Amino acid sequence: MDDGSVTGLQAGWEPRIVAFLCNWCSYAGADSAGVGRMQYPPTVRVIRVPCAGRISPFFIISAFRSGADGVLVSGCHPGDCHYISGNYSALRKFALLKSLLEHVGIEEGRLHFTWVSASEGGRFASVMEAVTARVRSLGPARRMNES
Amino acid sequence: MSNADMQTGIREEAARLLAEGRVDAVVGFEEGSLPMRAAPCFVSDPDGADRLVWNAFCSNNLSRYLRGSDRRLGVVAKGCDTRSIVELIKERQVARDSVVVIGVPCRGMADPRLLSDKAGPGRITSVEEAGDDLVISANGGTITVRLDEVLHRSCAVCVRRNPVLSDVLVGEGVPERPGDSFGDVAELSSRDAGDRWEHFSDEMSRCIRCYACRSACPMCYCTRCFVDDTGPRWVGRGTGVGDVLSFHLMRVMHLAGRCVECGACERACPMDIDLAALNRKSCADVERLFGYRAGLSPDAPAPLSAFDPGDPQDFMLEPGQG
Repeated sequence: MDDGSVTGLQAGWEPRIVAFLCNWCSYAGADSAGVGRMQYPPTVRVIRVPCAGRISPFFIISAFRSGADGVLVSGCHPGDCHYISGNYSALRKFALLKSLLEHVGIEEGRLHFTWVSASEGGRFASVMEAVTARVRSLGPARRMNES
Repeated sequence: MSNADMQTGIREEAARLLAEGRVDAVVGFEEGSLPMRAAPCFVSDPDGADRLVWNAFCSNNLSRYLRGSDRRLGVVAKGCDTRSIVELIKERQVARDSVVVIGVPCRGMADPRLLSDKAGPGRITSVEEAGDDLVISANGGTITVRLDEVLHRSCAVCVRRNPVLSDVLVGEGVPERPGDSFGDVAELSSRDAGDRWEHFSDEMSRCIRCYACRSACPMCYCTRCFVDDTGPRWVGRGTGVGDVLSFHLMRVMHLAGRCVECGACERACPMDIDLAALNRKSCADVERLFGYRAGLSPDAPAPLSAFDPGDPQDFMLEPGQG
C-alpha cells in the first residue's frame, strides 16, 4: 500500500499525515476510537509524545521536510493537562509556528492543532476525517520536501 | 549632536569608567581596516580610550561580547543593543551589576552595500559625515547622499533608537522613528502562498550555510546548536531549499519572542539574504498575539516562558466546522 515514495498525484495517492498525540489524552482518544470500532481514514502515522508541551517546532518542521503531506498535533483540552499547563505552553508555540509556516508559503491546511480527550474516540475519528479531507484537497506536499 | 561630539563623549566616559576602576574593560568600536568599517575592540587602559570611534558604521551589536566574561565590562550600546542586553539579563546570561552600559542614541547605521551602489563602480576611499549627509569619496570625486537613504534595512524600520537601559548616556536623545516596522511582513502576507514560497525559496537559495547569522546574533548562545546535533539530526546539511529553509525556520522559532530586530544576522550574511524579514514576521506575531516586543521592558516575562488561559485559540481545528 505504501511504497515509501511521495512522487505526486499518481493514481491511488493517499495523504501521508503525521500525528503527534499526547500520551494522556489524544493517544488514548485514538485508542478509544479503535476500541469503539470507529472508521477513519488510514492516512495517519501516530507518534506518541508525553505531552503537547513536549512537541518542539523542530518535530513539525522535520516532519514536513521528511515528506509529510500534513501534520496534526493533538493534546489535552485546556485545563485537563496531565502536567497542569503543558498544553497552554504549547499553544503559544503552535500559534507562532503555524503563522510562520504559512507565511513562507506552506499552504494553510497542512498543519492542524486540536484537543482530543481520552474519552473522545468519536472526536478523534472526525478530526482525522477533517484533516485527511483538507490535506487531500491540497494534494501532495512538495515545497519542503523537494531538493 | 554630531557623531564627532558623540565620539568625544564616548571616549571621555570610557576613560572615566576605566580610571575610576568601575570596569575592567570597555567594549566599543575602533577604526576598521577598510573604509566604511568599524571594528569591535576592547579597551582596558584609560589612555587607550582614544582608540574608540563613533560614526555611521558602528553597526555591530556589541552585546554579543558580554556573555561569559569574568571581567566587569563597559559596553557602548545603541537602542537595539540595549534591547538585547535587556533580554540577556532577563535570561540570566549577563548579570546586571557586572556590566556598565554606555548608552548611545542612534540615528541609524549606513549600509556599505548601499553606499557602494550609490558610488557606482570603483573603490570608495573614504566616507565623511556632514550633518545628516554622508560624503563619499570614490573615483577621484565626491558624492553626497543622505544618511536616511542608505540605512541598513533594520535601521530603516527601527522602533527604538534611544537606549532602553543605560548607566551612562552619551549625547542627547534622538526622536524615535514614527511608523510601522512590519510593513514588509504585511505586504508579503497580502500575496498568495505560492508567491510567498517563490519569494522565500528565491532568497534562501543563496544561503551557503556558513552560520554567520548565528555567530552574529546576540541571542544565539546555545552551547550546542541544533544544527550541529547529529542524534537526532534536526536539519540536513544541504544547500537545497528544503534544508536551508528548515534551518532558518528553526532559527526563527528559537528566537521567537527574543529577537530584538537588531539586524545583526542580515548584516553578517555574506550572501545579502533578507534574513531579518523572517524574524520580523515572528516579532510581528509575538506583538499581535501576546502584546510583547523583545527588549523594550525589563520586567515583562518572556512570552514563550509564560502563558495566559485567554491566549488566542482561533486557529485550533474544530471538526464539524468545515
